[in-house]
Amino acid sequence: MASDDVKLIGAWASPYVMRPRIALNLKGVEYEFLEEKFGSKSELLLKSNPVYKKIPVLLHGGKPICESLIIVQYIDEAWSGHSILPSDPYHRAVARFWGHYIDDKWFPALTGISRAPTDEAKKEAIEQVFAGLKFLEEVLEKSGAGKPFFGGDTIGYIDIALGCNLGWLRATEKLSGLTYLDESKTPLLVCWAEKFSAHEAVKCVMPETDKLVEFAQMLKAKFSAPPSK
Amino acid sequence: MAEKGVKLFGLWASPFSLRVEWALKLKEVDYEFMDEDLQNKSQELLHYNPITKKIPVLVHNGKPLAESTVIVEYVDEAWPNGYRIMPQDPFERAQARFWARFAEDKCVPAVFNVSINSGEELKKAIKEAQEVLKTLEKALEGKKFFGGETIGYLDIVAGWMPCWLRMIEEIAEITVVDAETLPLMNAWFDNFLEVEVVKRSLPPKDKLYAFNRARREQFLSGQ
Repeated sequence: MASDDVKLIGAWASPYVMRPRIALNLKGVEYEFLEEKFGSKSELLLKSNPVYKKIPVLLHGGKPICESLIIVQYIDEAWSGHSILPSDPYHRAVARFWGHYIDDKWFPALTGISRAPTDEAKKEAIEQVFAGLKFLEEVLEKSGAGKPFFGGDTIGYIDIALGCNLGWLRATEKLSGLTYLDESKTPLLVCWAEKFSAHEAVKCVMPETDKLVEFAQMLKAKFSAPPSK
Repeated sequence: MAEKGVKLFGLWASPFSLRVEWALKLKEVDYEFMDEDLQNKSQELLHYNPITKKIPVLVHNGKPLAESTVIVEYVDEAWPNGYRIMPQDPFERAQARFWARFAEDKCVPAVFNVSINSGEELKKAIKEAQEVLKTLEKALEGKKFFGGETIGYLDIVAGWMPCWLRMIEEIAEITVVDAETLPLMNAWFDNFLEVEVVKRSLPPKDKLYAFNRARREQFLSGQ
């Protein structure tokens, strides 16, 4: 039936693409994964997301939904089953706040480290990453009460919003030699990261760290190589 | 005794705290407005939002929330029996959230650039602002408001523009949005400013005008 048809346009290395994949897995929804070829954008992607031309894009009965956390909320609302967002309005709002924080403050700081033009800027970016992780450790502690996930006994919105970045976080640790998930600083997060990565809805879509390192090195070489004719 | 009631930490001149006020007023919720001095933030604000330390912050029965677009959705859900802010259908909700995100990510900086520039830079900033507004116009097609017949989430999130952009146009003596360049957006600007809850809650025009004029002058003088 057309209205049941679910497709996801994405790519294996993208943390944002992981988010709706985890959400669909949690809901037990079958979908067709349309992998974009690196370096080019398909007609379908350009047609489905003309504003940003970015992945992920969910196509449900042909209708496109864009922006990863918006897609996750849509999946939570469109399908019954496992609840991704909390049922209480206040906790839902807190979860959405952390989604914004992760995307608007924390992740830009993380990617900003390698792009920092000065040592000062680099130091500031690193501090922001650690500060963010400390805040999130506190959130896990408060909401957790000994529970393994931000969502309690099961994976929820904040788990998905943060956890999709674990692949790249580990790859960045390998490439830079810095440890971000440090047991001495954020022990709960270290434990959480392991449990999240091992979860059945996650492990099949979490890219391997070594493959991401290889991908990052390839990107670096590609963009710093002299332009070809 | 547990803290009861609704407090909103904001700034009289901030479009971001104003959008929360619109949501609360639409729901007919009584609240106490705590006007902050952003150069000298109150201990209370820093206590309620130690993460970003920014306004607006809504405190409902002692529980704080930050991030204005998140707060607006919360207001809709916490007072479910009043005015409906979010669409009901999940796909429509996703569309509203998508365009709200676009308005925040693209329109806010674009209008900001118009407000702080002059000369060639201003001409460039106006063009860029018109481009992003042209894109946002797509969400208006065939409708009076983004929300349909009445204002909804996206109107509330983008609603600072009819007031602030028109003011910047006056201060800088420029035109960004008019019936020729952006007819749908122009009509929406007019319609939005006629909405009762918006009309009665805009900051005093002279005061806001002076505030924004001073701000523009500060940026132009290179401070």
